Amino acid sequence: MSRTKHIALVGNPNSGKSTLFNILTGLNQKISNLPGTTIDKKTGKFLINDLQITITDLPGTYSIYPKGEDENIAVKHLLDNLNETVDLVIYVADASNLQRNLLLFTQIADLNKPTVLALNMMDVAEDKGIYIDLEKLSLELGVLIIPLNSREKKGIEQLKNVIYKTETSYQKNYSDLLTHQTVPYHQLVIDRINNIANFSEDSFNEITQETEQRHQIIQEIVNQCQQNNVQKIKNKTKQIDKILLHPVYGFLVFFLTLFVIFQFIFKFAEYPMSWIEYFFSFLAEGVNHLIPAGTINSLITEGVIPGISGVVVFLPQIVFLFMFLSILEESGYMTRVSFINDRLMRQFGLNGKSIVPLIGGMACAIPSIMAARNIENKKDRLITILVTPLMGCSARLPVYTLLVSLLIKNNKQFIDIRGLILLGLYLAGFIAVLLFSLLFKYILQQKEKSFFILEMPDYRLPSLRNVAITIKNKTYDFVFNAGKIILMVSIVLWFLASYGPSDKFESIELKYSNYQYEDKESLMKSEKLEASYAGIMGKAIEPAIRPLGYDWKIGIALITSFAAREIFVGTIATIYSIKDVDDEKSISDVLAQQYRADKITPVYNLATIVSLLLFYAFAMQCMSTLAITYRETRSIKWPIVQFVYMTGFAYLMSFFAYQILS
Amino acid sequence: MKAVDLKDGEKAKITDVSSGKFQIKLIEMGCFKGSEITRLYNSPLGDPIAFDIGGYILGLRHDEASLIQVQTQD
Repeated sequence: MSRTKHIALVGNPNSGKSTLFNILTGLNQKISNLPGTTIDKKTGKFLINDLQITITDLPGTYSIYPKGEDENIAVKHLLDNLNETVDLVIYVADASNLQRNLLLFTQIADLNKPTVLALNMMDVAEDKGIYIDLEKLSLELGVLIIPLNSREKKGIEQLKNVIYKTETSYQKNYSDLLTHQTVPYHQLVIDRINNIANFSEDSFNEITQETEQRHQIIQEIVNQCQQNNVQKIKNKTKQIDKILLHPVYGFLVFFLTLFVIFQFIFKFAEYPMSWIEYFFSFLAEGVNHLIPAGTINSLITEGVIPGISGVVVFLPQIVFLFMFLSILEESGYMTRVSFINDRLMRQFGLNGKSIVPLIGGMACAIPSIMAARNIENKKDRLITILVTPLMGCSARLPVYTLLVSLLIKNNKQFIDIRGLILLGLYLAGFIAVLLFSLLFKYILQQKEKSFFILEMPDYRLPSLRNVAITIKNKTYDFVFNAGKIILMVSIVLWFLASYGPSDKFESIELKYSNYQYEDKESLMKSEKLEASYAGIMGKAIEPAIRPLGYDWKIGIALITSFAAREIFVGTIATIYSIKDVDDEKSISDVLAQQYRADKITPVYNLATIVSLLLFYAFAMQCMSTLAITYRETRSIKWPIVQFVYMTGFAYLMSFFAYQILS
Repeated sequence: MKAVDLKDGEKAKITDVSSGKFQIKLIEMGCFKGSEITRLYNSPLGDPIAFDIGGYILGLRHDEASLIQVQTQD
């Protein structure tokens, strides 16, 4: 029987807590959501000799008192955890900023759990000319101190030794030093949290007073134990800031950064994505040969495999996006992105950090909505999630290309008008983002006033280990949580498009049983799609989409587009029984020859094409995005809002475009 | 005077933080009575402003920096 021990990591943001967590647990860690919140709770396991350690880590905070509903749950969770399971608290503090870091420490110490103080970033403190008398500090704080330099793994062995023995020296209780505290601190905190929720003025005043008193106590201790060598201070961060926050160079660096991210997720991700698609179509072909034709064959080759492919194909973009996000976050540049864009973005109810998800949205809304997690302000984050799918994502591109090629056959002008139309569509998406952000800013009036109180940490080289672990965790999260929903949706859509009332299907097969020509397959497929449930739905919505200039054939394509917008092209090809689906020119030629009931007006005339382009630019047609929005907002309300506002707006725009142009 | 009125590079002592929603948050971040504050630099668009609070950099909007009363050391 091996012994087990539970440890909780606590500390301020930017104290190096995650780095320590990653060093201790390696890949043996899991991230889950705290129930009812979007707060990540990390749990990891590791061994020290025969001792099995379980370690938990919540996001860093500056104080024990929560600032929002989510933090409320997090603090209560921590308090329960400390009460019930935790054997030892490791408090991680940034040695170069003792005053602020020790505030939460004294609060945690008052909870009367065995605690050790891991004084991290000793090297940074030294660089800043800060010398700390560790022995004295340990005595004054009444806690065992372990100096660490987690980036270089210094002090880790000593920390493990302490964990193994759980040797903690005597512990000081600060609440004795504070005024009017009669109940145990643990209970006091819980009472106050409940009072904050009820907006009690007294509670605010008490917390303010407590915080000030703690700061005074800490200040006295720090003054005794810390010496600052002003001569030695070479503040690299402030010098780098001079460039990165410069009115000209600052924006230059920022746009260059965005450009590089965009290049990776838009351009470079294309190669692995096409390999993945190729691999899965190869796999489907193989399975097609192995399993006799029929329901199971069809389910696997047309439902399951494309469904899995539809999940895996996003991985390159997710890996790239989160690689950059974690590099920006780790290096300290992310807070500067916030800092330089705050003024501009807050006019629209967005956040300086919203820029990154929005740019990511030009590749794919799915990882971008996931990336909105590092926007701390709840309302800003919600608005970012709601508007990101309006950015022209890469799945819209094949639809745009096909439709624009119908609009302008031969381009002889010096400037390619097709390119200009595409640019206009992307721009329209971005303008819609700003408009709707502004609208949501006024609609979603929350009690919480928007603010910007942000620690801007020192610049540091990103740790490769941390970046790699972030990518691994995000990928895992996507595949096993969002991926499940995407797979389910693809299978449902496959079912709708390949099944229908059985008598109709049988009569189609009968009709073609003696037909021997080359186009048998494509003709039969086309008729089957028309008779399928998706076909029935397409016909059913025809009255609703006729004012936009669409017929039931386009209706079917709109429905199948829910799996992914680019499926429009494939569905259209099937409906018109076009054999060579990959040849865009042949599709566009066939479409150009389709006429309406009067046999004179082409189906794809200017009015209908413009109407379709606008519909694809604005409508919410991506089930996977809705699934992600549901997951990230933890409420069915927001995906519904997203669907209704986007599709409603698209409908209006397409309606007006068609009515005016026709 | 208020922290927002300091000039770039000017150092001062905090004398008070206005009560209200952000009072606790600001104090927690180290802006308590008696601590030192130095205005560092603006965002390129003028707002927010970066301050040095006891050795680390804190970004505040004009709104929040107006809540902090300071006294320059002459």
